[in-house]
Amino acid sequence: MLTLPCRLLTLAFLALLACLGSGAAAFAQAGDPAQIVQKFGGKTSFEATEATVKELAATGDPAVARALNALAEGQLYYRKSDNRVFIASGGGDPLTLLDPLSGDPAGEEPSGNLAKVKIKNSIRRTVSDALGSLTLASPDPAKRLAAANTLFAGATPEQIETLDAAIAGEQLPDIRARLEQARAAAVLKSDRPEAEKLAAIELLGSRGDREALVVLTAASAGSAEAAVKAAAAKAAGAIEETIAFWAYAQNVWYGLSLGSVLLLAAIGLAITFGVMGVINMAHGEMVMLGAYTTFAVQETIRAEAPSLFAWSLAIALPLAFLVSAFVGLVIERGIIRFLYGRPLETLLATFGVSLILQQGVRTIFGPTNRQVGNPDWMSGAFEVGLMSVTWNRLWIIVFALIVFAALLLVLGRTSLGLQMRAVTQNRRMASAMGIRTPWIDAMTFALGSGIAGVAGVALSQIDNVSPNLGQGYIIDSFMVVVFGGVGNLWGTLVGAMSLGILNKFLEPFAGAVLGKIVVLVLLILFIQKRPRGLFAQKGRFVEA
Amino acid sequence: MRSGFHGFCSAAALVAALSTGGAALAQDASGDTIKVGILHSLSGTMAISETTLKDAMLMLIDEQNKKGGLLGKKLEPVVVDPASDWPLFAEKARELISQQKVAATFGCWTSVSRKSVLPVFKELNSILFYPVQYEGEESERNVFYTGAAPNQQAIPAVDYLMNEGVERWVLEGTDYVYPRTTNKILEAYLKAKGVAAEDIKVNYTPFGFSDWQTEVSAIKEFGAGGKKTAVVSTVNGDANVPFYKELANQGISAEDTPVVAFSVGEEELAGIDTKPLVGHLAAWNYFQSVDNPANAEFIAKWKAFTKNDKRVTNDPMEAHYIGFNMWVKAVEAAGTTDPDKVIDAMVGVSVPNLTGGYSSMGANHHITKPVLIGEIQDDGQFEVVYETPGLVLGDEWSDYLPESKPLIADWRAPMSCGNFNTETGKCGGAGASN
Repeated sequence: MLTLPCRLLTLAFLALLACLGSGAAAFAQAGDPAQIVQKFGGKTSFEATEATVKELAATGDPAVARALNALAEGQLYYRKSDNRVFIASGGGDPLTLLDPLSGDPAGEEPSGNLAKVKIKNSIRRTVSDALGSLTLASPDPAKRLAAANTLFAGATPEQIETLDAAIAGEQLPDIRARLEQARAAAVLKSDRPEAEKLAAIELLGSRGDREALVVLTAASAGSAEAAVKAAAAKAAGAIEETIAFWAYAQNVWYGLSLGSVLLLAAIGLAITFGVMGVINMAHGEMVMLGAYTTFAVQETIRAEAPSLFAWSLAIALPLAFLVSAFVGLVIERGIIRFLYGRPLETLLATFGVSLILQQGVRTIFGPTNRQVGNPDWMSGAFEVGLMSVTWNRLWIIVFALIVFAALLLVLGRTSLGLQMRAVTQNRRMASAMGIRTPWIDAMTFALGSGIAGVAGVALSQIDNVSPNLGQGYIIDSFMVVVFGGVGNLWGTLVGAMSLGILNKFLEPFAGAVLGKIVVLVLLILFIQKRPRGLFAQKGRFVEA
Repeated sequence: MRSGFHGFCSAAALVAALSTGGAALAQDASGDTIKVGILHSLSGTMAISETTLKDAMLMLIDEQNKKGGLLGKKLEPVVVDPASDWPLFAEKARELISQQKVAATFGCWTSVSRKSVLPVFKELNSILFYPVQYEGEESERNVFYTGAAPNQQAIPAVDYLMNEGVERWVLEGTDYVYPRTTNKILEAYLKAKGVAAEDIKVNYTPFGFSDWQTEVSAIKEFGAGGKKTAVVSTVNGDANVPFYKELANQGISAEDTPVVAFSVGEEELAGIDTKPLVGHLAAWNYFQSVDNPANAEFIAKWKAFTKNDKRVTNDPMEAHYIGFNMWVKAVEAAGTTDPDKVIDAMVGVSVPNLTGGYSSMGANHHITKPVLIGEIQDDGQFEVVYETPGLVLGDEWSDYLPESKPLIADWRAPMSCGNFNTETGKCGGAGASN
């Protein structure tokens, strides 16, 4: 409390300084962007910064777009000694300074002498609104499109004339359409004649997405004319129907995506548990090791060859396979082979191994999450109809299917796969035929573990890379394998996808917590009816 | 085994009480050092958050010893690992107090761990400092709450967003006691402020939830109604990283739908690329970015102590900093580590915090703190965009819940009560544990 008056005093003093330093000149020449932009300098309040943004925008000078962009991106700085405002780009120390309007080089300065112009969300919004009208005439089509989109969201009746001018000058049909929609949104908020408003509603109704729905709902709630109200409500209703349809598609997509994650996590287990019958509680930790391998690879790439970053996941894949496969091999040779035929002891021993691995990783890498970057091609989303598809999920689905296909190929078409199947079906007979069964056991376990490591590379993209990563997947993995039918890879695929989709259809109604419980209950009921899962193996060996 | 151990303990306590008194026993056994217990998980799911606090405590004790210790004795940290296992917290607390004879304990993170050790601290009459923001609705004689109560974090955050023009609210939380209670308080608060029921959406997800697609798209849908929408997130720990990744991927920007979080600090952000998250908010009582000499010194010491210049500081660390210094001051004032005398000396103790002011211990065993709202920056730090004009005292019994509205806590004599009901004029109101 004591410091408060002090701080106020300091603030007042600084404000005075700022006025004397740069403000005085601005009074002399109001309206000159070069002067206004200097008002960002010094310690100012958020309100003052916002006022300066509006003042800059009001000049209508396209040159201020550079300064406003820099402000929104946090690259606008002022020099502490004289409060002059610069754009500082690039990072590093000293920072390279640019003039805020012209972008001309203005020397460099150690970062300690500079202070960032502070902004917050409401200022960012003001900036993007201001940029919207400023960049409507930009030569860059992408910028014009972005401007049209911002204008659509924040359209005001005053902008109708600006938009009319922009529509008249626009050559590209896409941008023109967007501008017309923005104009329609502005018309709905204005007091233009009814006929014009009805035309606007029709235009917006044909756009048919969520943004249009927002404008239409507002129009149906806010307008005075009955005809406009009814037309807007009708158009909004039509859009809602389309959205409801797409919501189903979205749920199926989310389900497939969750299913593919489950598939990735479970597919290694389908081999060690499904084919070999080993209850491997350390399976999740194999996934975790794969994720940490990805982290290690990315760290090395960041330090040694940053240009290879886009390839980091491709490089991590074989390494993660090898690391997890090797650890799996050691576990099999060191512990599990002594416990075949004793499932309870195996369960306890592998649970112990999982704790050891977790704590080992915690000791080496620390208990905190590690940052694994998403390469550019894994970030962002694109629209399909009214459904947004995120790239990382899409790639993970593709990747899960590739891993699945590769595993089928290994089991079905290679001699190793042939021997694996022979050993699982009839160990003694296989041994009599000259197959080295202990060696095959070790290889099978290593293969299952390696696949889990590969899954870890994919999961590092969507989940935490922490020592606990594996724990979250172990129960789900067992669920999928048991549901799909022990010992059947296709069962695992179908099981993972159906559990994923079921889960995602339940979630919007029941919530994530209850949804999961319902899935578990249904699964238990299903197992009561079909104890061997969806695709039960048939034949003599099953009973053995 | 267990009952035998308990029997032994109570017998020992009885003997001690008859001859010299419990505290004297504690001091005699500790010899020429004063032992300080550190009860934070170093393994298991909570290790991610709690290990840092253990390190922070070691640093604070180390600093104090460099200054000559306390009451002419060196402080000796006793670190135990309750392994994120709630019953184990109680066992380890018992070990610290009965066997190690610690003078005070600093520890716990989750509310359930605190609830599990409470009876132990009451039975053996020892002191616990609890450094994490929590749901309130509790005040115990043996516990000092240095983290934020809901009125020191959640309510100012909601006020700030209301000022920014937010009209629709998504309360998104992990399914356990802290988010459920906080959301109950927030819902009551929002309704008291005139927000309609259909403009509030409450949703819970399990611990460690990682597939946020449906939830994030539901938030997007809820926000598409034309009214400005914000998400108030009490999502805990590990689930935050995939939550924020999904927000970024589905293109929910802070300008349209800001997310204000109560459990996301510098430490949690260290695991994410924060560029797409710039502008999302967090409410705390401390940020590493707070610019003042005391904080700069603390950060420099922390980096030197951990020998890692990338280590970040966070709010619960500051809470331990305040709590530890308060305890040191109270022990010096009392001239002894005897829990009863220290507990009495604690109320009213005032020490510098790291945000440039002083925090003092209230009669309800909660402290005064400034409330800061920060926006996430692209370097994983927060930029303070709002600060309460004065300090706020933690309100243990929320005024927005009907059952706890009439309750107050005052541990000074003669009231000495954690749940005094002002309507009935009696100690022991609803929701009380004693």
